[in-house]
This record gives sequence, C-alpha cells and structure tokens, in this order.
Amino acid sequence: MRTIRIGSGAGYSGDRIEPAVELAEKGDIDYLVFECLGERTVALAQQARMRNPEAGYDPLLEERMRAVLPLCAARGIKIVTNMGAANPEAAARKTADIARSLGLSKLKIAAVVGDDVLDACKSHDLPIMEFDGTIKQLGNKLLSANAYLGAEPMAEALSAGADVVITGRASDPALFLAPMIHAFGWAMDDWNLLGRGTVAGHLLECAGQITGGYFADPGYKDIPDLARLGFPIGEVGEDGSLVVTKVPGSGGAVTAQTCKEQLLYEVHDPQKYFQPDVVADFSQVCVEEIAPDRVRVSGGRGTKRTDTLKVSVGYVDSFIGEGQISYAGPGALARGRLALDIVRERLKLTGVSTSELRFDLIGMDSLHGPQVSAHGNEPYEVRVRVTGRTENLREAVRIGNEVETLYTNGPAGGGGAWKSARDVVAVASVLLPRELAKPHVRFVEA
Amino acid sequence: MKLREIAHSRTGDKGNTSNISVIAYDPRHFPLLQQQVTAERVRAHFAGVVEGEVVRYELPNIAALNFVMDQTLGGGVTRSLALDAHGKSLSSALLDLEIDDGHTS
Repeated sequence: MRTIRIGSGAGYSGDRIEPAVELAEKGDIDYLVFECLGERTVALAQQARMRNPEAGYDPLLEERMRAVLPLCAARGIKIVTNMGAANPEAAARKTADIARSLGLSKLKIAAVVGDDVLDACKSHDLPIMEFDGTIKQLGNKLLSANAYLGAEPMAEALSAGADVVITGRASDPALFLAPMIHAFGWAMDDWNLLGRGTVAGHLLECAGQITGGYFADPGYKDIPDLARLGFPIGEVGEDGSLVVTKVPGSGGAVTAQTCKEQLLYEVHDPQKYFQPDVVADFSQVCVEEIAPDRVRVSGGRGTKRTDTLKVSVGYVDSFIGEGQISYAGPGALARGRLALDIVRERLKLTGVSTSELRFDLIGMDSLHGPQVSAHGNEPYEVRVRVTGRTENLREAVRIGNEVETLYTNGPAGGGGAWKSARDVVAVASVLLPRELAKPHVRFVEA
Repeated sequence: MKLREIAHSRTGDKGNTSNISVIAYDPRHFPLLQQQVTAERVRAHFAGVVEGEVVRYELPNIAALNFVMDQTLGGGVTRSLALDAHGKSLSSALLDLEIDDGHTS
C-alpha cells in the first residue's frame, strides 16, 4: 500500500521554528504543512494590506521559509501553508524572492486565491450566526469576509507541480487533506476517505499539541523534554489509515492519551465535524499504541459535504481598556479587594462610559470567576485586574488610568502597575452558498 | 476522590463556545464517568462561567466524554475581557470535580 509522510511544522502563527527544521532534516517526510492562521488573523492582515498592497501575509513567512526552503528543495519535500493570510499572491512572490536569494531556482510556488468573499457576502446580506444581525448591519465596521476553502485547489496546485502551496483562509485539516488527495487520487465524493483524511489533518494541525504540548501535568501526565518538543509526522496510507509519530530522539511523546485529547480538541458533535469537503465523523475512532511514539488511529468516517461554506467575518467590535496592579504579603487579598472597590467607584464617579466591565484578582479568581474559585486558599500575592469595553479609545484609556492612580491614592503597597488600551477586531461567522466562492490557483516561478 | 485521579482533559474553543473532553485513563472507569460526570453537574460546577447550555457527547471507543458549553467565553475569544480569553484553563477546573468511587476513605 502506498503511504505518504506529512510533517506538521507549526500549530499557530508564532510557533517554534526549529521543530519544522528538524522534521525537514530528519523526518523523512514528503510534505511539510504550516498552519499559521488564527481566527481573526485574516481580518488584521486585511487591514495591513489596505495600508500596503504588498503586505497582509504572515509576518514570520520569511523566517520560516528561509529556515526550511533549502532542506525541502534538496529533499523534494513539498510545502503547504496558509501563511498567505490576506494576500497569498504577495506571499508567493515573497517566497519566490527568498528562494532566488538562497540560490534555489525553478521552484514552483502556487498561490490559492478566492477565499476573500467580501463582495459576495455584502450583495447577499447573509445573517450572522453568533448574534442577531446581518452583514449589512455591520456597516462600515465590516473589515473582511473569508471563506474556509477546502482541499481541492491546494491538491490541484500540487498536481500541477507546485513545490510550495500558499493559501489564505482554508480549513486547517484541508491543508493536510490536499496532499492525500493529490498523492492517492481520492475522489472528492468518497466521503469515508475524506473523513479519514480529515481525522489525520485534525490530529496534526496543532503540531506540538499531539506530541506532548498542552498536555503535561506533573505526577499525572509527565512528558520528557518539552523544551525540545518534536512536531508530529502522520504516516497516511492510500486507504486513509494513519500512524502518528515524531522524529526519533526529539522531545515530547506520542501516546494514546495525547492523541485522544487532540482528537476532541475544538470538536463539538463528534459525529458532525463540518468541513468544506466532508462532514467528518470522529465518533467511532480507535486509538492504539503500536510502538513507542507510534500510535495507530482508525475508524474515521464521513458523510456528504454541505452546500455552504463557513465564512469568517472580521469587524471592528469595540475598544478594551485595562489596568493591573499587585499587592503582596499579609492582607494582600483584602487590599486587592479594596483596590477593586475603589476603581469600581472611581469609574462611576468620573463617568467612564463602558458597556461591560470585569474585576479580577489574578492569583484568586481571574481564570474561573469568584464562584468556581470560592474554595481556593489565600495567596501570598494578588494582582488586581480591571478591564472594560468602550466605544472609543479615549474612554478605554481612562480605565487603565483609574488603576494606575492607585499607586498614590489606593491601598498600601501597590506595585507594578500596568495599563493598556486597544481596539478590538472580532470575528463572527456566516454560511455562504458554496458556488459563490470561486477559488483558483496562480503560479509564480523562482 | 477527584476526577483528576481517573481522567484527563483538554479544552478547545470556537467563538463563544468551549468544549472540554474528559478521558478515562483506564477504560474500566468510563461507566463511572458516564454516571457521575453529567451535563447538569458540569453546568453547576461552572456556575458564573457558563451562561448557556451544556451538551454531553459520549465516545465509548476512546472512553471519553465531550462537553460542549455554549456562551462561555465572554462573548467570544476575539472580544472577551477575560485573562484567559480562550478558556484554556477550564479543563483543570473540571478535574477538581468530586467523584464517588463507592469506597469510604
């Protein structure tokens, strides 16, 4: 049976770079995938592109490409990534420049475009899924609308000989599904194969999260050598079978437990994991350790894809102001609470206009709120944190100021005050009839 | 005993919805999870955090439960005022749940 080896080189935009180099060098891989595009990153990148037409792709693109392109070119490893963000074509041109500067000629770089569906969303005024409202009602706050594209255009680029495929918004598992479709010639209506491939893509897309990252709990779940965490390799067979492993000698571990946790990560109904290419069914998946750091995953299935694509809509939501200050030693908790009371009253007295306010004591209740944290012990130190949502930057600034003035006006021994004010680009979703998105591939040669 | 003694857990986020897996270390403990870690108990455990419904899914092949908690992440990861906007630390809170293992200790 034919098998391909796919390495996962990044689980988010700021991820470590050496594990990807290790995969290219020692992983004996055929494909290296970088998943670098968070929920709202496209909206922020779109703003960057409006300021500069050659901008709007991942800020670490150059560093990552410089680190892996020579190795990948020498070994024939194909790269697939969503580092194109809001501007895949500029990212492809930049990658071609980098390849030339490294003395690599004849690399074929493909950009997948067409995820930008802002115009289609505007002209159809689609309803927003998370709250009552429509695209039109967002008015001039609307920044971007990008459809989660499927694997087909990426697979098409690979079949046309691309060495590097750069997309913008695409479903994360589809970045991994594309090499499988290309290598094995899977039909785009073989729902069970696409479902199995989606299980593989879903398990691999967060890189270190399946090799022991986001997992260790000393005494309960110990993981060796997290500072040198190895990123995963998926050995995928043409029947969609999967073994998850990593480079021998790298840090971390691939176990049944790490695979089970990642299988359910960001999953709702396990029978209905909606993807652009398939509705994957994770409910019958089995996980089996077959050797150290080798886990077989089987039982993935799929049913027919839906008629819509999920679209991520970026919009200017609000502003957030924040202030923090710390108290320590005997009575720290009481002084922290007094500080919160003072700021609460000050924000009223001075008429700061907010639509939402939050008062936390870091070290006490900031993560899970006062009810869940009620039985916690009194800590040696606490950090006061006040945040609020405002309509403009000027009001947001006033929140941090009211915390900072605790230095000279608040309880004894307040130290390390810090404040910030920022605008908030948020994302919401709409469902777009799939025929309204028209993805296509453009090539650049190095 | 605490749930932590027999299960591990991971939190994921999508918009304003958090999901928490609860996975038995030993599949023999899965019936205990099914009986005692109910959607109602999880919702009560997260009082003040979860504003919406809690739905439980069962995955017997991997001895796991998956809890989907609606309206939990301060209006959504991208706009939340919370320190942990993703709710990544919620799994650890759930492992603090008390489990009756049928023995007096």
